[in-house]
Amino acid sequence: MSISIQDIIKEENKVFSKTKLLTDKVFSYCPGCGHGVAHRIIMEVIEEMGIVNQTIGVAPVGCSVLAYDFMDIDMQQAAHGRAPAVATGISRVFPDKYVFTYQGDGDLAAIGTAETIHACSRGENIIIFFINNGIYGMTGGQMAPTTLEGMKTSTSPHGRDLHQMGFPIKMTEIVAQLDGVQFATRQAVHTPSAVRKTKKAVKKAFENVKNKKGVSFIEIVSNCNSGWKLAPVKANEWMEEFMFPVYPIGDIKG
Amino acid sequence: MAKIRGAVVVDVERCKGCVICVNACPTNVLSMSKDVNGKGYSFSYMENPEACTGCMSCSLVCPDVVITVYRMKVNE
Repeated sequence: MSISIQDIIKEENKVFSKTKLLTDKVFSYCPGCGHGVAHRIIMEVIEEMGIVNQTIGVAPVGCSVLAYDFMDIDMQQAAHGRAPAVATGISRVFPDKYVFTYQGDGDLAAIGTAETIHACSRGENIIIFFINNGIYGMTGGQMAPTTLEGMKTSTSPHGRDLHQMGFPIKMTEIVAQLDGVQFATRQAVHTPSAVRKTKKAVKKAFENVKNKKGVSFIEIVSNCNSGWKLAPVKANEWMEEFMFPVYPIGDIKG
Repeated sequence: MAKIRGAVVVDVERCKGCVICVNACPTNVLSMSKDVNGKGYSFSYMENPEACTGCMSCSLVCPDVVITVYRMKVNE
């Protein structure tokens, strides 16, 4: 007995579809960008935990500045780098809400370093999602603090020179030293297994907020194929080869 | 013998043709179309639908969440 595709494509056989917490708006991200997967994982966890009405997100400045257009939950837009400060305010006014920030590496590790470190040091009951692609994607691929040694960007056309431009900053290791941080981990979203592990970490972070345990810091090493000037699949291979040795995947604390 | 059959539906107009799903598929079901969608991107489709097991690998890595996955058990 042969089964046609139409027999399989039925509502009762559906095992995966887009979560309803993502709006129908098409993502403004480039083809192959990891932001889309990160958005989806966060929204799926919120939906599965049934905390839609108790969750408030804070969007950053950067490629994900329009995150509030895609995430169908309460969102607030913060000034560049100040998302942890805004999230601090929200979580202190509404101590029972699940508050998270969603930031890129230019936002969190450059202009917002002070806000990030002090929010972590105070042990605010929030989640910080840190999407690290080693470049300023939105503004045209300039060098970020997380840019790797020798990596070519539009402001380091001969590659990052460590003597002149310093070393890449490892934010997750830095904040893991702080007592206010309960959970610090580094994950990726480029393969199915990495996505599953990231989802587990996101779930754990939301449970930490529920139990009022302090900051959960989740770094997601992602690609920027436009900034890196690579095709999406090649960018993911490049990420595995060059990003992962500098930013190793795994739990750092908690 | 019971067998698992799967199928995927790609939202063609939202697909940006990044090829990550084609690369992630363990059974080489997906392939990129010769045609393009309204935005000019080529999109992924099931070239080899018999091999699909509904494992969801493609949908897990799809950055634009355009893939819906169906799976059923078939007795043959």
